[in-house]
Amino acid sequence: MKNLAKYIVTRLLLTIPMVFILLSIVFIVLRVMPGDPVSSLLGGHAPEHVIEQKREALGLNRPLAVQYVNYLWQICRLDFGESMVFKQRVSKAILEKLPATVELTLCGMLITLFLGVFLGAYAADKRRTARDYGIRLYGIVVYCIPVYWMGLMLQLIFGIWLDILPIAGRTGPRVFASTFEKTGFYILDTILIRDFSALLDILQHLILPSVTLGLVLSGIFVRLTRTNMLDVLRADYIVAAEARGIRHRVIVYKHALKNAFIPILTMMGLQFALLMAGAVLTETTFSWPGMGRLLLERIYLRDYPTIQGIIIVIALFVALVSLVVDIIYAIIDPRVRY
Amino acid sequence: MRFSPAAAMARVISRFTAPAKKYGVEWWILVAGALIILAILVMAMFAEAIAPFSPHDQNTGPQLSPPNRVHLMGTDNLQRDVWSRMVHGSRTILRVAVLAAVISLLIGIPAGLLSGFSGGYLDRTLSLIMDSLYSFPGLILAIAFAAMLGPGVINITLAVSVIYIPTYFRLVRGQTLQIKEELFVEAARAIGASGPVILWRYVFPNVIATTVVVFTLNVADAIMIEAALTYLGLGLPPTIVDWGMDLSMGKKFLPSGQWWMITFPGAMISILALGFTMLGEGLAEILNPRLLER
Amino acid sequence: MEIEHLSVHFPINIGTVRAVDDVNWELRQGEVMGLVGESGCGKSTLGFSILRLLRPPGKIVQGRILYKGRDIVRMPEREILELRGKRIAMIFQDPLTSLNPLFRIDQHFIETLLAHEKGLTRKDAYRRAEEMLESLGISPEKLTEYPHQLSGGMRQRIMIGLGLILGPDLLIADEPTTALDVIVEAQFLDLLADLQKRYHLTIILITHNLGNVAQLADRITVMYGGSIAEVGEAGDIFENPLHPYTQGLLASIPNIKLDQPKLKTMPGSPPDLVDPPQGCVFHPRCPHAMEVCRVKKPGLVKRNGRLISCWLYG
Repeated sequence: MKNLAKYIVTRLLLTIPMVFILLSIVFIVLRVMPGDPVSSLLGGHAPEHVIEQKREALGLNRPLAVQYVNYLWQICRLDFGESMVFKQRVSKAILEKLPATVELTLCGMLITLFLGVFLGAYAADKRRTARDYGIRLYGIVVYCIPVYWMGLMLQLIFGIWLDILPIAGRTGPRVFASTFEKTGFYILDTILIRDFSALLDILQHLILPSVTLGLVLSGIFVRLTRTNMLDVLRADYIVAAEARGIRHRVIVYKHALKNAFIPILTMMGLQFALLMAGAVLTETTFSWPGMGRLLLERIYLRDYPTIQGIIIVIALFVALVSLVVDIIYAIIDPRVRY
Repeated sequence: MRFSPAAAMARVISRFTAPAKKYGVEWWILVAGALIILAILVMAMFAEAIAPFSPHDQNTGPQLSPPNRVHLMGTDNLQRDVWSRMVHGSRTILRVAVLAAVISLLIGIPAGLLSGFSGGYLDRTLSLIMDSLYSFPGLILAIAFAAMLGPGVINITLAVSVIYIPTYFRLVRGQTLQIKEELFVEAARAIGASGPVILWRYVFPNVIATTVVVFTLNVADAIMIEAALTYLGLGLPPTIVDWGMDLSMGKKFLPSGQWWMITFPGAMISILALGFTMLGEGLAEILNPRLLER
Repeated sequence: MEIEHLSVHFPINIGTVRAVDDVNWELRQGEVMGLVGESGCGKSTLGFSILRLLRPPGKIVQGRILYKGRDIVRMPEREILELRGKRIAMIFQDPLTSLNPLFRIDQHFIETLLAHEKGLTRKDAYRRAEEMLESLGISPEKLTEYPHQLSGGMRQRIMIGLGLILGPDLLIADEPTTALDVIVEAQFLDLLADLQKRYHLTIILITHNLGNVAQLADRITVMYGGSIAEVGEAGDIFENPLHPYTQGLLASIPNIKLDQPKLKTMPGSPPDLVDPPQGCVFHPRCPHAMEVCRVKKPGLVKRNGRLISCWLYG
């Protein structure tokens, strides 16, 4: 256990250079490329001296290198600074939106995993049958459907034609924001205050976005699970278990799947970046008030500190997930010892 | 011997069916993908001849008309013909996606070769940068670039290409390191030719199969990313005809039920991406079945 | 147990591999039958067919496998599950890979016991596993360990324990010692002999190692190219091999005592089972090949108390 703690600390330290590099790239991209936050802030027709004043106040007239060092120093103190556009701490803006994104991505990931892993395992078990080919086709097709189009089509079908599910936002009009003061995770909040009609409303709003996200990414996991299952099903211990008279279904879904799950898990860390990208698009499509929408809004406004802050948080989130994945890996596989 | 069209036809067909016996379903996946790409390529090349209207023509018929015989895919709110816009829009997306994949290949491969060959400080720095890029959500990176570069075909291409550079870099660098190891053992550098040239000669045959597959799949991904950027309103000026932009326009008419304005642009994006994905998957299975298991 | 006209085919891209070709075979209660031959001769396939464990595309295309009068080939799935482990057990070549790396040893035992004995509690199953380990000379604490924590010999003994826990009467051992080193191998063979007496087991010992067979087997079956070449008492076969293939096989074992000047090797290579030679499969390598061998496949005939398939003997 002590080794595991040491490993976790090392891993956390390793994410620092990654965040630093992304930060630098984003910093350079934001400052070097054309576009000026001040003019987009004050409008195109502000008098010259007003613009100059504002630049001075925001520190934008200083040399780039100085701005860069200042910014890094600020980040080292875990201070994301203040928005250039609104009177608002960046950390507060992000924290308000973070739970919505986490809720969406986690639900999406769960759906992806369940669909992808079970379909993939089933296809591997029935390999070279019509069902196998059908599932593989599903995997390829679903992978090629852009997440935003999938979202729009689901909105059209379930929200407009069938009119059974809401297509925008996290809550209906009757559920008030004051309900959600504890954690910002609406599912958790409503359970904590035992407001089950609100919980139902929230789940209804969550269904379409998370299914959209989950469906699209499930294709990758179908293929991944299938190839890994095919490998595992060839293993000696599978035949050995069969020779002991264990039922086929138990062998496939207990013995083989558990083994096949290890490489799937390691892929999950990588695929999580894809999930985050999908979340940005899903949030836009479903007017989901999360970090992805915040990022886009602030990009249009060229609110540098907020954009940088969001990038850092996303990078940390991705790193955190890959760490969690590694820990789960160590728990599942008795051969891994740190 | 007299030329017989039937026999010639049979010969052509058998050339396509023969590999199917050897490779099975994978061959048909490849052929299907290639046919989809071919169809859309033809559409892009002969857009003027295929499209019944100009994509900018704002007087083709009634406003927001559902699909009918004159307007196969209906019309939009500006009375433009959706099908004609689809035909012309294929040009934009194909150009951006293929070019972006080529650019990242042209940057990623030399960078990987250089990094793997030189080693040391440069290698560590480059690897760190590439690994950071690789683990970060590509779309978000592309969004940042596209927003900063401003609208334009070249700009969006550059923004999309950033995503795939690390893929080629990692592929070539790994291979280079491995080969370098062997080369040093043989002391092959002693023959006087420059190191990178020798290395490239050894590396290239080893990565070509993977590169072809990765390239095809990257184009498929780039198609979806390009459309995503324009769907978000980031990539292109409104004068250019583009599927992603049409989709975001159609989104406004979703609540009122004008389904054709979102169904067709989205379907076109999916089908084109599907074409490249199927081609890539088929190639992967045929060139090396274990290629895609990374 | 009796096997009649058994053929197993593996259809592959370039044709059909006739891994087992029209084999007739018989096993006596309580004997150790050594099944020997080169790799690829069909001996393992024969072993796997008895439990219907052939991997696709392998398929039994004809014949019957009679176990206590019942035909395994046509048995419904439910009954074959009952048979596997409970009546007929099988252990495999590589003990390192025959245990699921993610499951503890006790989980293997409990799962096997619960799959066959309805109403057994986990606790009782665990106790049964402990007893089994003790009888194999393994400390019961090993039950809570994972396979990778145990040595190869230990794992092979655990495989045997898993095979015997349900009290089967037939054990098929497919090259059980190939992956073990020499000392462990000897210990393991002793254990096998001991268990055979204790549980009155019938054992099929599939191996290419004639030493193993000499040590354990009562009778020996020599297979070549998917067919049976010779069946007889172990002593007889070692002293006086009749089939030219058996003769060649025995001549190619190094023998310390006899001080052979030179080890003999058999010319040629095993037959291509997609396109086997006409007539007797062994004739291209046989020093005594005659005209008839090229044309007609010899049947199994009785000669000096053994079965042999060779035109030299009729």
